[in-house]
Amino acid sequence: MSARADEVALYLKRRARWSPLEIAFWIFAFATIWLFPGKYLILKDTAILALFALSLDLILGYAGIISLGQAAFFGLAGYFSGLVAKYGFINEPVIALICSGVLAAALGFVTSFLVLRGSDLTRLMVTLGVSLMLGELANRYSNITGGADGLQGVEIAPIFGRFRFDLFGHNGYVYCLIVLFICFVIARRIIYSPFGLSLRSIKGNNLRAAAIGIPVKWRLVSIYTASAGFAGIAGALLTQTTAFCSLDVFSLERSADLLLVLIIGGTGYLYGGLIGAVIYKFLQDWLANLTPQYWQFWIGLVLVTIVLIGRDRMAGWIGAVRAFFHRLGARLAPRLPALGGAGSKGP
Amino acid sequence: MLTILYDGIAYGMLLFVLACGLAVTLGLMNFINLAHGAFAMAGGYCTVILVNRFGVPFAFGLPIAFLVTALLGGIFERTLYVHVYARSHLDQVLFTIGLVFMAVAAVDYTMGSSQQFVQIPEALQGQFEVAGIGMGKYRLLIIVICGLLTVALQLILAKTRFGSRLRAAVDDQRVARGLGINVGAVFGVTFAFGSGLAGLGGALGAEILGLDPTFPLKYMIYFLIVVTVGGTSSITGPFFASILLGIGDVAGKYYVPKLGAFVIYAIMIVVLIWRPQGLFARGTAR
Repeated sequence: MSARADEVALYLKRRARWSPLEIAFWIFAFATIWLFPGKYLILKDTAILALFALSLDLILGYAGIISLGQAAFFGLAGYFSGLVAKYGFINEPVIALICSGVLAAALGFVTSFLVLRGSDLTRLMVTLGVSLMLGELANRYSNITGGADGLQGVEIAPIFGRFRFDLFGHNGYVYCLIVLFICFVIARRIIYSPFGLSLRSIKGNNLRAAAIGIPVKWRLVSIYTASAGFAGIAGALLTQTTAFCSLDVFSLERSADLLLVLIIGGTGYLYGGLIGAVIYKFLQDWLANLTPQYWQFWIGLVLVTIVLIGRDRMAGWIGAVRAFFHRLGARLAPRLPALGGAGSKGP
Repeated sequence: MLTILYDGIAYGMLLFVLACGLAVTLGLMNFINLAHGAFAMAGGYCTVILVNRFGVPFAFGLPIAFLVTALLGGIFERTLYVHVYARSHLDQVLFTIGLVFMAVAAVDYTMGSSQQFVQIPEALQGQFEVAGIGMGKYRLLIIVICGLLTVALQLILAKTRFGSRLRAAVDDQRVARGLGINVGAVFGVTFAFGSGLAGLGGALGAEILGLDPTFPLKYMIYFLIVVTVGGTSSITGPFFASILLGIGDVAGKYYVPKLGAFVIYAIMIVVLIWRPQGLFARGTAR
């Protein structure tokens, strides 16, 4: 029995190892700081969007919860971090960032009990309803939030008292990238733990998961809370780097775009959100230059095409590319064969 | 007070005509069609073009809007939607949101982003007083048309052969198929009819709801509220839900204007927590 347990532990450890491709990805990500000095603004937006998409991937790709309400956490934390900076409650951006994440996670914890009931459609409506309600509240208390004009006059203190948010966005981008990386490592740790495996089994079949003794409800509550926290950090990052926050952080479009980002990148392997964010941002930038007013049309066309082609088929192509790199990696650095298939694709 | 009730009922009736097609598609094929509002918008713009540009009388504009959107719905159903029925809910949501984005941008491109108004014949403008309540003539027309439609729909569902086939298919698709009912065809016709109703609703409601390219996004949430709160297993559920929503929304905007739609969302969430399958859902094993 214990031999079996050792084997499982070894398997888990091997599975969680960083592959050469992943390391290359992050080296390239940090290299962009020096490679594209003129593109900091769009790179920064991409990093924030990537973190936001990562938060959705945690619940959609790993737990199978469809949500149109991630904007609730994004917006709440965005306003929170803006307000504490404006009124000088918390001057240190990093602490404000962590506090915003915790606040968003708290909201996620409370609303998770609403979300875990009913069918997909009910979930969709409840998540959407929560974010719209927060939007209405922000509009109602415009004396605090600035209402439709947005939250103005936010001044963000330098990070650690040293690194000021400069005009070119250099420090802002580095800050976002580091936060993204830290959050990614945490998310990766969650996903490759036994906890992450249990989420996968819940997504596969929650009745069976319950039958083998997984506390389905609490697992979902915890991952939903964690995901809300990540979404909150993304929202706070946006406010801190732009020194502005407006009502559209709660909008339906924000949540819908997020789904699109994740679908472009693919769900359930953590990098989907990051790759999707890069593709989406540059596609949007390109289309907006091409047809300033009607880029939404092309985004819609991309969505429809993706669905009609079929996500499974596209995941198959990505899988083929991954397999190719895997073989390449295996040739460069010979490794032991994995226990249950090397790929970590969704079902 | 009574005027609010009156306006609310007119608004609710309108919402019902707009949303009942969605309720049927959702109940029948378990298909989440977020693009339903796009058909309503198509109906609205169709009327605007016909009435304002070509001078077609308003009374003819409405049925034409119905026919055009029904045709449009039928074509879309046969060519595009068919491929997505068997997919997961996530795919359906993505697909239909994509359609909405495309519709919004396409209308923006062809018609401009400003709000459009239908020229309503003079006989329908203004209001008259009954027992001290000011009643808008146009709203009365809406109530009459929508009321007649509701009765007609109920009769079709309850009395005709097609209606019983539809109900059978909604209740249990597999058994219905086993009995020799062509569920696909029933669904195609229903989808087209539902889209047509949405188009008619869009044409009627252009005056009250406002018609601009963001219409499908703005009212998508309302349609979904009607459907989720009312449940999808009958037509009475969405009907009462839309009346409730209409009155609630008008009253909310009148009494607590600053809260806006907050009241509606709050009610929806409470109802969904209380009864996740909708207020009027029968206990079906789905």
